[in-house]
Amino acid sequence: MSDKKSNEQVPGSATEQASQVDVEKRKFLIATSAVGALGCAAVAVPFIKSMTPSERAKAAGAPVEVDISKIAPGTMITAEWRGKPVWIINRTDEMTAELAHHNDQLSDPSCEVTSQQPSYCKNENRAIKPNLAVIVGICTHLGCSPTAKLQANGDMGANWTGGFFCPCHGSKFDLAGRVFKGSPAPINLVVPPYKYLTENTLLIGVDTEEKA
Amino acid sequence: MTDTKKSAATSKLDSALSWVDDRFPLTSNVKAHLTEYYAPKNFNFWYFFGSLAMMVLVLQILTGIFLTMHYKPDADLAFGSVEYIMRDVPWGWLIRYMHSTGASMFFVVVYLHMFRGIIYGSYRTPRELLWLFGVGIFLCLMGEAFFGYLLPWGQMSYWGAQVIVNLFSAIPFIGPDVSEWLRGDYLVSDATLNRFFAFHVIALPFVLVGLVAAHLIALHEVGSNNPDGIEIKKLKDKKTGIPLDGIAFHPYYTVKDMVGVAVFLIVFSVVIFFAPEMGGYFLEANNFVPANPLVTPAHIAPVWYFTPYYSVLRAVPPILNSQFPGVAAMGLSVLVFALLPWLDKSPVKSIRYRGTLYKKWLAAFVMSFLVLGYLGTEPSNIWGQFGSWLGNAERATVVARIATTVYFAFFVLMPWYTKKDKTLPVPERVTG
Repeated sequence: MSDKKSNEQVPGSATEQASQVDVEKRKFLIATSAVGALGCAAVAVPFIKSMTPSERAKAAGAPVEVDISKIAPGTMITAEWRGKPVWIINRTDEMTAELAHHNDQLSDPSCEVTSQQPSYCKNENRAIKPNLAVIVGICTHLGCSPTAKLQANGDMGANWTGGFFCPCHGSKFDLAGRVFKGSPAPINLVVPPYKYLTENTLLIGVDTEEKA
Repeated sequence: MTDTKKSAATSKLDSALSWVDDRFPLTSNVKAHLTEYYAPKNFNFWYFFGSLAMMVLVLQILTGIFLTMHYKPDADLAFGSVEYIMRDVPWGWLIRYMHSTGASMFFVVVYLHMFRGIIYGSYRTPRELLWLFGVGIFLCLMGEAFFGYLLPWGQMSYWGAQVIVNLFSAIPFIGPDVSEWLRGDYLVSDATLNRFFAFHVIALPFVLVGLVAAHLIALHEVGSNNPDGIEIKKLKDKKTGIPLDGIAFHPYYTVKDMVGVAVFLIVFSVVIFFAPEMGGYFLEANNFVPANPLVTPAHIAPVWYFTPYYSVLRAVPPILNSQFPGVAAMGLSVLVFALLPWLDKSPVKSIRYRGTLYKKWLAAFVMSFLVLGYLGTEPSNIWGQFGSWLGNAERATVVARIATTVYFAFFVLMPWYTKKDKTLPVPERVTG
């Protein structure tokens, strides 16, 4: 309480003793504090790890089979794989022909960002069979699911050549999931690993064995 | 009652009080924080919002406790349990609407409270820590609002959480791991809902209440600022040591604040009973549709109180194939408030004694904040496109970019324009 008095040191008093540093005790206190801090850090690990995906969540990522026989040309269906929407689009010949014509408007027309598709889909159609596109319908910007605007023109304006429009932040993609320049999304949509089990059945989540 | 009886009763109360005081500092705390806490006598309209914010906090905690009695934090049950509260729980609709309206009103009063701090320079020395605790409360509140919004498990809950958690993915290198850790899954799922519930009802409320306590302790240590931005502690009555321009918080300001509370509760009740959804601004239409991880609603927007920062996020284009700049700009647009005490170099605190240069900048900032807030509620193509002379750019995006620039310029250029500003002389005593 009385600030002025405490500054005056009486020899042998408590204040005088307090001003003399006990180096041994200080070292001991620093060492115990350090060990205690280490212990706290170690105990924090299980708590932090408990928030990572559980074994059950990991196991939920199994491949899915999709019947593609009923997709009419020019339409699409949405399958679910690892909780995410996967679009399967049966593109018409006009649609695939158009893909080559707007490369100058795309950020990555030739799919140089290799993380976005398996190597067997790094081609002009981003697909195994040219007409059938398989694309994870999650925007590479912040994870919304873009809306299909498959037909050219329409409500997307006169220059629209068909593709997808993300309602969250306005990113635009073509019918191969390639991102148009000027979109908030930085890179193309993901093409998942997939393979044909039969002519009309896809297995999503498993790679096609590549030819040597 | 005779005089002797009365004094006997009083002395019994007195002895009970002194029994408590010997064991707990009751009287001294009441004095320090209420009856002998001297606040400037010239508080005006703007000084209602601190106490109102505290009242809304109490209201949110109370209504929240009763909601948890019926709510189920489970992806299969959550949406249904909220509908159950709305339809079957007696008065459940009222408690839920009080909570959801309370969230929006919390931001209304906190934004006005912050604006008061800005115009009267309440963040200046010696109130920097008081301001920082306030910024902490604001961040906590944003967290509460975000975590709470996932709980009804509607479409807007789901996709809002998806977007916000993915913001962390944009952090270089560690980003994807951080957002996976936050979600506890590869997508927003039951695991995410369950932990957001834990954050919303336990973790953040504790932090929030702690920060509010720190905010008040700091306030009562340094004393309240006032509309003149001068220190009333400089001129004290020589005999009593009470500031000449100070009046006791209780009863003078408790009575004043009660009037504010009454007016606030009228407005609050009108919203709850006549417009609980506020035309989609307080509760969005899409949130009455259960969460569907496969379909994003055609137009998603955050609740109104987040839209200015969301607009900043949308306005910044990706740079070098990375969305990080936009995310960083959004984060900065919130955190930059913490720097105000060190950016303001003006010799005066209050807007009353500042020059026109500062007032123009402040007006530009408020305008940009409101424009960004409005644009954040609308899709980015709301105003159509410019012609080919501007590369067919969307008008709203261009306006948002200009507003974002003004928003940050207000802070970045503050050291310069507050120094250059022609200020007026500050009075000795408060002017009322």
